[in-house]
Amino acid sequence: MLKHLSEYRNAELVKDLSEKIKSVSTGNWRIMEICGGQTHAIMKYNLEEFLPDNIKLLHGPGCPVCVTPASKIDLAIYASRQKDVILISYGDMLRVPGSSTDLLSVKADGCDIRTIYSPLEVISIAENNPDKTIIFFAIGFETTASPNAHLISLLDKKGIKNIFILSSMFRVPPAIEFLLSDPENKINGFLAAGHVCTVMGYEEYIPISKKFKVPIVITGFEPADILSGILETILQLEKSKYEVVNRYKRVVKQTGNISSKKVIEEVFDITDMEWRGIGIIPRSGFDLKGKYKIYSFFNLFKETESELKPDKSRTICIAGEIMQGKKTPLECKAFGNLCTPESPLGAPMVSSEGTCSAYLRYKKLN
Amino acid sequence: MTNNSKSFSCPTPINQYDKILLAHGGGGTLMHNLIESLFKKYFDNDILKQGNDSAIIDYDKNTSRYAFTTDSYVVHPIFFPGGNIGALAVYGTINDLSVSGAKPEFISVSFIIEEGFPISDLEEIVISIKNAADNTGVKIVTGDTKVIESSYKLQDNQNKLNNINANIYINTSGIGIVYEDMRISPLNCKPGDAIILSGSIAEHGIAVISAREKIEFETEIKSDVNPVNRIVEEIEKSGYGRYIKVMRDPTRGGLTSTLNEIAKAGKIGIKIYEDKIPILPEILGACELFGFDPMYVANEGKLIAVVAGNYADKILKVIKSLPEGNKAEIIGEITDTNIQKVVMRTVLGNNRVLDMISGEQLPRIC
Repeated sequence: MLKHLSEYRNAELVKDLSEKIKSVSTGNWRIMEICGGQTHAIMKYNLEEFLPDNIKLLHGPGCPVCVTPASKIDLAIYASRQKDVILISYGDMLRVPGSSTDLLSVKADGCDIRTIYSPLEVISIAENNPDKTIIFFAIGFETTASPNAHLISLLDKKGIKNIFILSSMFRVPPAIEFLLSDPENKINGFLAAGHVCTVMGYEEYIPISKKFKVPIVITGFEPADILSGILETILQLEKSKYEVVNRYKRVVKQTGNISSKKVIEEVFDITDMEWRGIGIIPRSGFDLKGKYKIYSFFNLFKETESELKPDKSRTICIAGEIMQGKKTPLECKAFGNLCTPESPLGAPMVSSEGTCSAYLRYKKLN
Repeated sequence: MTNNSKSFSCPTPINQYDKILLAHGGGGTLMHNLIESLFKKYFDNDILKQGNDSAIIDYDKNTSRYAFTTDSYVVHPIFFPGGNIGALAVYGTINDLSVSGAKPEFISVSFIIEEGFPISDLEEIVISIKNAADNTGVKIVTGDTKVIESSYKLQDNQNKLNNINANIYINTSGIGIVYEDMRISPLNCKPGDAIILSGSIAEHGIAVISAREKIEFETEIKSDVNPVNRIVEEIEKSGYGRYIKVMRDPTRGGLTSTLNEIAKAGKIGIKIYEDKIPILPEILGACELFGFDPMYVANEGKLIAVVAGNYADKILKVIKSLPEGNKAEIIGEITDTNIQKVVMRTVLGNNRVLDMISGEQLPRIC
């Protein structure tokens, strides 16, 4: 792994790519990286410094913590306040406000809320607490959906009965299609997320690229990977070509990871899903399928969804427009003063993969 | 497909908590606010106002100046590769005294122990405290023991042993005598001064999180928990003590936070070079795996010294002559540009700002 790291963080290679990009770019192109990990790397290495002024990067809705809607956080908060419940999620999720409070505060109230790194830890927590109801707040994109699906198939095989899943799992291609179908969208090309494509492959992107006439380039996460993805996108745009091209070949195959896809298909149905800042996108999420529905959160809390109404009376945050690439955090009045990672107004300021947090941490020199 | 994003809103910030959250102990803005708005409001005097790692007490002009400091240790897990809470508690206080330019002399050790805590573990911790004190030549001159009910909720793991969930917390205080030559203050820093780092970074934070998450690496990652008093003593003996402007040990929040503190308090700019910063390859690999930026990960046995530019090479040589300083490097310099900011020249050859924006992401690392 380290060999690859130094290879793709090589100053010569980056300079070379930067010069190529400058020499081929004649148009004003706006390219959106869909994945929060790429946003983070772009900010961390200040990669925009290597691009000419006529190339603009837009930052997409590719952070699962950021796009999980407040209504789902409210459900998690409601559940964790019930007797004998252990709620499990990933660390960043605790800091995102629901409509009135966050999971961190609920934890301080004494509710049993735990964070994990790997979904398989959910099983050991359940086995060590047979008298408790374990709720796994499963967030993520296709990349995380795969280990989550593996976890759920294990529940079935092991006959574990005390784990329930609150799904906030998202699919990337419908989000790309949704952003492109907005007549106000300003996106000329996409960098597709290397990790997501490692699992799912990139066949799904081909019809989208054709329909909307946008290049979609499968891109990795290191500086040279990202610049190489940008270069490919510009080369296509300059020649009015609109294709799906894989610039992360050392990892991604067209068909993806067959066994991961198989377990996702076995455990999950594709459903409509609400994205924070965007709204409901048809067929953009995963939820439990067939016999696995017995693990659904909603078997426990049937009444909750209708009772919880998000409080929409207080609005400053422009996260929605930021996540659709219509505005940058610098156009937000609250950015960096009212809204910081310690007291976030909106989800993109919470997660390290969120656009606002990345902008703030790696802000540029004046 | 309709775009229903127009009505989107994010909830208001949660920055006024009416109770203590874990994040209040994270070293970020919440903690800063707590100190400013509560502790400093009620405890206020000229010595506390110094705001350094140790209080420097100069009550009698005819005698030496004293350094006095205190710290509590709540690390989880209490045993981690490279050390345990006992050695950490001694070295933490030794280091706070040392970077204030003092020779550590006396320390106190107080235990808060939960019922059920194994005596054998306690003995192991006590032996490690004794060894740490012997190693640094300090006397343990007073102490206290309290036992409380077991309250800690175990993060159940596969390796859970006989339901042992009792914990231990340690407080140490220390007194040192300030070296005659040393006048430590960030306000002494001037453009052209050099910044020396005594060794490789991010080892403590990564060792603790790996132990907590039970993630093993091919090469065992060990905490760097170590005293820095010999380094300071050696500099003093060499006669270069007067050329030391400021020293810090970059613990919570890592190198970035410490450099930012110096830049802000000293009202100067700091420029560092990414390729000069020592880091072990296995730590870099682990940081990639966990998604941490090593510049923000805690150390427990490293020293940063800002020294007069003319004497930088000589002082570096002194530090390098000790085994604990053999990887020391001059990592940057004080500048008269970018006042109160830390700028890093990346391996790609461009610059990025290192901001102290986020608090420590990992609770209970010390």
